[in-house]
Amino acid sequence: MSSIQQQNTFDWKKTLQIGLIGGAVGVLIAMVGMVEEFNKRDIIAGTLTMGWTILSLTMLVTGLFAARAAASNASSVVGSIVAGTIFGAVMSILVWIVDKYNIRDILVNASPTLVKHLTFEKGIPNGLFMLIGLGAAVGGLGGVIQILPENIRRAISLGLGIAALLGLLQEIIQVSLANFEGASKAVEWMFGKGTEKGLSLAGAILVFVVVAAGNYLWTGNASKISAGFEKLPQSSRKSFRWLGYGLLFLALIYLPVVLGLYLTEVVNVTGLFILMGLGLNIVVGFAGLLDLGYVAFYAVGAYTVGVLTNLSGELTLNLGWNFWLALPIGVALAVLAGVALGVPVLNMRGDYLAIVTLGFGEIIRILALSDFLKPHIGGSQGIVNIPPPGFLDVIIKTPQTLYYLIVAGCLLALFISSRLRDSRLGRSWKALREDEDVAQAMGINLVATKLLAFATGAAFSGLSGSILAIKLGTIYPHSFALLISINVLALIIVGGMGSIPGVFVGALLLAGMPELLREFAEYRLLIYGALLVVMMQVRPEGFWPEATHKRELHAENAEPQAEGGAA
Amino acid sequence: MQSYRIKKINFTDVFMWVVGAALLLLIVVGSFLTLQEEKYTAVQWFDLAVFGLAQGSVYALIALGYTLVYGILRMINFAHSEIFMSGAFIGYFAASSMQKSGFMQENPLLGILITFFVAMTTSTVLAVLLERIAYRPLRGAPRLVPLITAIGASFFLQYVFRGLFGTHNRAYPEIEIIKGTVPISGDFQIQKIQIVVILAAALMMALLVLFVQYTKTGKAMRAVSEDKAVAALMGIDVDKIIVNTFALGAALAGAAGVLYCFMFRIVTFYMGFIPGIKAFTAAVLGGIGNPAGAMLGGLFLGIFESLGPTLFLDGLGIPAPYQLKDVIAFTMLVMVLIFRPTGILGERLSKTKA
Repeated sequence: MSSIQQQNTFDWKKTLQIGLIGGAVGVLIAMVGMVEEFNKRDIIAGTLTMGWTILSLTMLVTGLFAARAAASNASSVVGSIVAGTIFGAVMSILVWIVDKYNIRDILVNASPTLVKHLTFEKGIPNGLFMLIGLGAAVGGLGGVIQILPENIRRAISLGLGIAALLGLLQEIIQVSLANFEGASKAVEWMFGKGTEKGLSLAGAILVFVVVAAGNYLWTGNASKISAGFEKLPQSSRKSFRWLGYGLLFLALIYLPVVLGLYLTEVVNVTGLFILMGLGLNIVVGFAGLLDLGYVAFYAVGAYTVGVLTNLSGELTLNLGWNFWLALPIGVALAVLAGVALGVPVLNMRGDYLAIVTLGFGEIIRILALSDFLKPHIGGSQGIVNIPPPGFLDVIIKTPQTLYYLIVAGCLLALFISSRLRDSRLGRSWKALREDEDVAQAMGINLVATKLLAFATGAAFSGLSGSILAIKLGTIYPHSFALLISINVLALIIVGGMGSIPGVFVGALLLAGMPELLREFAEYRLLIYGALLVVMMQVRPEGFWPEATHKRELHAENAEPQAEGGAA
Repeated sequence: MQSYRIKKINFTDVFMWVVGAALLLLIVVGSFLTLQEEKYTAVQWFDLAVFGLAQGSVYALIALGYTLVYGILRMINFAHSEIFMSGAFIGYFAASSMQKSGFMQENPLLGILITFFVAMTTSTVLAVLLERIAYRPLRGAPRLVPLITAIGASFFLQYVFRGLFGTHNRAYPEIEIIKGTVPISGDFQIQKIQIVVILAAALMMALLVLFVQYTKTGKAMRAVSEDKAVAALMGIDVDKIIVNTFALGAALAGAAGVLYCFMFRIVTFYMGFIPGIKAFTAAVLGGIGNPAGAMLGGLFLGIFESLGPTLFLDGLGIPAPYQLKDVIAFTMLVMVLIFRPTGILGERLSKTKA
């Protein structure tokens, strides 16, 4: 936000503007129904709901921005309090209108319940004053945070963030810790007796203090610790690293035992998205080819396995193959589809490519839905009765057994893509991403390089789809909507384009979290959309960026880039 | 420069030509067989063609928005389909409240005009806000960045509308004066609504052409799309022109939304996606960045899509060919991009291949 200039005088206009914008965002949050829906969930039991957390966060950010617009520390705080008050006032006007007039025919969420929530159940005049007061207080808090030194600010925000996250994930933590005898006392203290959701107040404060203090101390000493690590001889550094890998591996093996049925299922879904993300990361992140029809390969993999292994007797092909035989064919067909899509789009520039791939994804889905191919792949009824495969003596059916299959797939994809990244091919992809013409001039074979990117990406997606087929046991065309492609794209972007750890971060955030917070599924895409827009403005390189990409996006004298290019 | 390069004939080119020839053969054989069967009467073909023309007019109106913005910013405004949806949505509230109060029955013409006005204003305001908040800070960023922003904005807007107005289907009120059909001769007749759509779209496109050709803003728009830096040196406020372009495209999309809903009546939060992507196809088909091309592309796509499934696929014995109309549209998009990437009329900006 360097565009907001520091000014010497107190800027009323700017403060007013920021307050109004913040208030408008707050009204939007309330009117799309997020306050009401999210208030069903507590972050701190009995004290703070998730709906209020989101609203307060908006107030806090409003205060932060208002404080940034001011010059001196004192005027920062005053400015943020004013902006917060305006925020509260805008919200109060909304509440007043909703209370007085019935506009539910148009705005479905303008309900009496919303009024009750937003006035703290204190009735109209009193509740509104409280709302304005809260706006002023939280806005002012934002201003105070803004003028604190950088390291304290970071510690506080991290503490608040982790406390909120724990409150949100309370159920899961409780369930997974229930297996351990000793932990139950501590869990009860932190999360209450289990009837309420969210942290207990004491637990929340503890988490906040521990995390904030820990972060403060860590940022003070991080350089010392890493310097100490650097000082170690090569061999012992290596053994430390292997020790880390070993522990990680053990953790991976024991994870489903600890997590239980439901959470393993969540991990499995995340794993399938990681698999797809790693594939799309090659196409979009490494090679810079924006593919919006990525779900097509997922569908090809799933349908191939479905058609080859099913025993329903309703399709023309009734082979009943073994899954392990069908799997490589599914992947191979996905690769073939990748090449088939790749050939026509070889000469297309970036944005045309996006539309054509999107069209391709839709073609596959419509074909799967149509009556035309119904005898072969089931039409809108899909393919049912896909038998679970066996491995040695184990039948892979429960989430726990599937988990190992998915982890194996992810590890394979991880190995392949991390080896490819710095190989000759990987460097060619990156060259292609930066500038096609120059890449060609350097002797890179554009056709082969592009096709290999599509093929590799499609292979991972096909693998993911094949596993999906046995995971669900049934396949419907509706499982392959455009939204999947968008989801995978969003997770790559949020994680950091071209960054392999970024795929994991993105998948945890955008596939794992929504799976845990099922009741908010309605707002999933709204949040994704907003996240994409905000990420592109604030942090286009993603949360875990790839080094070169970050450098490129933050170059001081970045020229307007002309990529894509003619062939 | 491109065209002077001697091209080596390689495998991929041959492959594409084979695919193209096969598709062409399929179309010819399919059409021949369908016509030979004489399953459909001339009246039915006529109805399909008029329907296609009406639908194509709506596509053309939306396509203009894509093409205008692309001409200036070299960016696909993915969220344009949601601009279209927003106009239709808010227009619905105007139309249905006027219907309820009886105003629409008394002054149908004025009522329709008010509906248009409300829809176009909504779309315009939304587009201007979108440009200000989402796109303007990204000038000069790598090209993938605004494109991804636009995709995000599209989903954000869709689900904001869903959150605000709920998920149930709403139907535009039936307006008496545009109901029914007009006989032409014999069994041939045209639905009134289709006439309204075609005429309204034609009028709006004519106004657009006049605006772009003769007004000062229109000239400035053309100058900016030619070269932003030089236009700025000539004293044109580039940012203002960009906002104007967004507003102009959005107003057309809002009008298209109302026309679309006069035809199909149902308003939902996801209604923008398919027409949006078809309209983009139309814009590419005509040559993106070229307004006349967008109009032509829209009409062509509308007719192609309406006649295509029945004409090409019915004769081949494919059941329920109408389900595959989107496949036909997308296949055509791919084929056009392969064999004539500059579109039917040629892209005005093809030299500066970005």
